[in-house]
Amino acid sequence: MDLVLSGGRVIDTSGELFDRAADVRIVDGRIAEIGTGLVGSRTLDVRGLVVSAGLVDLHVHLREPGQEYKEDLQTGTRAAVAGGFTTVCCMPNTSPVNDDRSITELIVRRAAEVGACRVRPIGAVTRGLEGKQLADIADMQQGGAVAISDDGKPVWNAGLLRRALEYARTFGIPLVQHAEEPELVEGGAMNEGAVATRIGLRGQPSITETSMVARDLELVEWTGARYHVAHVSAARTVALVRDAKRRGLPVTCEVTPHHLTLTDLACQHYDPATKVMPPLRTDADLTALYEALADGTIDAIATDHAPHSLVEKEVEFECAAPGMLGLETAVPLVFALVRRGLITMTRAIQLLTIGPARAFALDAGRLVAGGVADVCVLDPERHWTVEATGLASRSKNTPFLGAAMQGRAVLTFVGGKVAYDLDHRLESP
Amino acid sequence: MSDARVFPHRHLLGIDHLDAADIVQILDLANTFFELGARPIKKVPTLRGRTVINLFFENSTRTRTSFEIAAKRMSADAVNISSSGSSAAKGETLLDTAKNLEAMRPDVVVLRHMFGGAPHLLAKHLDCAIINAGDGQHEHPTQALLDAATIRRAKGRVEGLEVAIVGDLAHSRVVRSNIQCLARLGAKIRLCAPWTLVPRGLDEIGGEITRRATRIVTRLDEALEGADVVMMLRVQNERMSGEQPRFPNTREFSRTYGLSARTLAWAKPDAIVMHPGPVNRGVELAPDVADGPRSVVLDQVEWGVAVRMAVLYLLGRVPAGEAEAA
Repeated sequence: MDLVLSGGRVIDTSGELFDRAADVRIVDGRIAEIGTGLVGSRTLDVRGLVVSAGLVDLHVHLREPGQEYKEDLQTGTRAAVAGGFTTVCCMPNTSPVNDDRSITELIVRRAAEVGACRVRPIGAVTRGLEGKQLADIADMQQGGAVAISDDGKPVWNAGLLRRALEYARTFGIPLVQHAEEPELVEGGAMNEGAVATRIGLRGQPSITETSMVARDLELVEWTGARYHVAHVSAARTVALVRDAKRRGLPVTCEVTPHHLTLTDLACQHYDPATKVMPPLRTDADLTALYEALADGTIDAIATDHAPHSLVEKEVEFECAAPGMLGLETAVPLVFALVRRGLITMTRAIQLLTIGPARAFALDAGRLVAGGVADVCVLDPERHWTVEATGLASRSKNTPFLGAAMQGRAVLTFVGGKVAYDLDHRLESP
Repeated sequence: MSDARVFPHRHLLGIDHLDAADIVQILDLANTFFELGARPIKKVPTLRGRTVINLFFENSTRTRTSFEIAAKRMSADAVNISSSGSSAAKGETLLDTAKNLEAMRPDVVVLRHMFGGAPHLLAKHLDCAIINAGDGQHEHPTQALLDAATIRRAKGRVEGLEVAIVGDLAHSRVVRSNIQCLARLGAKIRLCAPWTLVPRGLDEIGGEITRRATRIVTRLDEALEGADVVMMLRVQNERMSGEQPRFPNTREFSRTYGLSARTLAWAKPDAIVMHPGPVNRGVELAPDVADGPRSVVLDQVEWGVAVRMAVLYLLGRVPAGEAEAA
C-alpha cells in the first residue's frame, strides 16, 4: 500500500504538539512521511477530518476465553476498530481467569489470528481474582501482559496489596486498581444519593471508591510501585490523585466516557443498561472530572467496554450484571466534551492516544514519520444514531441505543492495513 | 358511582406519578366501596369476567388477601401466585414468568417484589394494567392510599395535619409512598429516625413539594410534639442482611424510638396511631398502644380493601390492549 491521507487535521500529541492541516503517507505498514503536497500511488481526500494515531484503550472486557456468548476477540476488536481504536488492553476476568501464562498466551495468539486490532492482555493480580494468592505476575508479563489487575473486584486486603505492589515494582508492571471498598458497598446497585432514595434502589456512596484510593496511595508512597486507578468516578478521587501527583507519586488514572456523560439520574427508569461499577455519579462529580481532564490529573479516557447479553441485562436492576459497551461510542461522547468547551480537541486526542500508552508504557499512540501506521480518521461532524444492528459488538448493552451522536471514526488502519472503513472509500479502486 | 373524571393512568406503579386530583379520585371512590363492606352482600358486578393475577414474590398475608378480597368483591376472577409456588425457584426470570402469565390474558397483574422497579419492568413489557403492591424499598402506593383514607375518615381531612413518621425510614417503601401522598394532600410531615436509618434526599423524593412539606428530626419528642397522626414503621430486619448494623439492639431502638404510652403523650391528645403492619410488637410499637383506643391499625386494614377495590375499578375496567398508556 502507498496511500496519502490528504489535507486532514493531523494531530499528534506524543511529542511537541503537532496540529495542522497536512498529508499523511502510509507505505508498507509504516508512516512514510507527514507533510504537505505528498504523493503516493493513491490519495484519499480527508479534508475536514481529524487524522490521529490509532486510539488506545486501557480497559476493555473481550470475554474470551469462556464468555463468547457476550463477546470474543473477533467481535470485540471489530468493535474497537469501528470506534477508532487500534490497541486495546483486555481485563483478566475471563473464564478461566487470565492468571497464568498459558491463558495470557492464548489471548495473544487468538488475537493475532482473529483480532482486528492489537490486543494487550492485563493479567490478574491474584489467582482466580480471589484476593488471596498472587498470580504468576512475572510469567504473565513474559507472555505479553502489560499490567495487572483484579478488575471487577478490588485488591482490598492491604497486606496483600502491599506485597503485590512491591512485587509488581520488581518487574516494572503497573497495578490497576478497581477501587471499591467492599464493606461500604452493602448491595448498592447505583450511586447512593437522592436519586437512589427516590427510586428505592440500594446505593453505594462515592466514599466506597475514595476511601480505598486514599488508603492505596499510602501504600504506593511506601512501595514506590506504579499504580493506576481504573474508571475514576468521584470528585474526591481525582482530588486525591492530583495531590499524589504533586507529591511525585507514580500514579496514573483513567475515566470512562460514560462517567463523563451520564449521572445517576440516568438510572431513574431502572434501565439495567445504566448499571455500571463504579456507578454513575452526580453533576458535582462530573464537574470535578472535567477539571481533572483539563489539568492533566486524568491520564487517559478508557471505555471499560463491558459486553453483557440480555440474560444478564433484561432483569431487575439490582439483579443485572454491571457494565456497558464503550468502544463504539467513545469518540462521539468525547467529542461532545470538546464541543462543550470542556477540553480541547488536542487534549481529547492525547487522552485517547499517548496518555493511555504512557500509563502502561505501550509502544503506541504516536503519529510520527517512520512509526507503525496505526492510524484513525475521525469525523467530528458526522451525525449518526446508535442502533443495535449497527454495532459490531456481539452484545447490545448500551444506554445510548437510539441516541443521536455527533462524531465518529470513519477509517482505521492497523499496521497500515485497513481495519475499518465506514464509507467503503478504500475498497478496491 | 359516577366518575365523570377519566383516571389518566394505565398502571399504578407508585404515588410519584399521581397528582392530588388522582389521589382524591381514588379516595372518593374508596369511600363508596367502604360503605359496601358494611352491607350483608358485599359484591358488585363491576369487573365480572375480568381476570386479576396477584403475583407475589415476597411473603405477604395482609396485602395479598386484601387484593384478593377486593378483586372478588368486584366480581373479578382472582388468581394468586406466590414465589414458593412459582417458577422463580426454578431460575426463570421475572420477565419470563410475567410473559407466560400474560399469554393467559389477565386484565390486571398485581405485583409484590423484593426489588425496586420490578413493576416498571412489567409495565414496559406487558399489555395489561400493573399494580405495584410493594417493590423493594421503593413504593407501596396502595398502602399510602389506604393510610390517607384512614386519616381522612378519622380526622375529616389530611390538609394541614401534622404527621410524624417514625422508624426504619431507610428500608421502607411505605414511607416513600406516604411522603409523596401526604405532601400532595397538604399535610406536614416529620420524619424521625437515627441518622443510620435516614437515606439521603428522602425529603426531596417528590421534589419541591415534598421538600417543603417535610422535616427530618432525630429526636422522638420533637417528632411527636403536636402531631395529629403518628405513623410507626416496621423495623425491616429482613432487608438488613448483608448490611452493617444500623442500631445496637432492639432494646435500645425501642427505648429511643419506640411508641409507648409514655412517648405517645408527647403527641396531641387526640392523635391517632398507625402502623402498616406487621407490627414488631414491643419494638417500634408497645402492645398497649397497638391495641389501645387511639390505634387505627385495624381501620387501615379495612380501608385497604376499599382502596384496592377503587384502584381495581379504575384500572381494571378498560379491556387490556384498548387503553392508552399511562
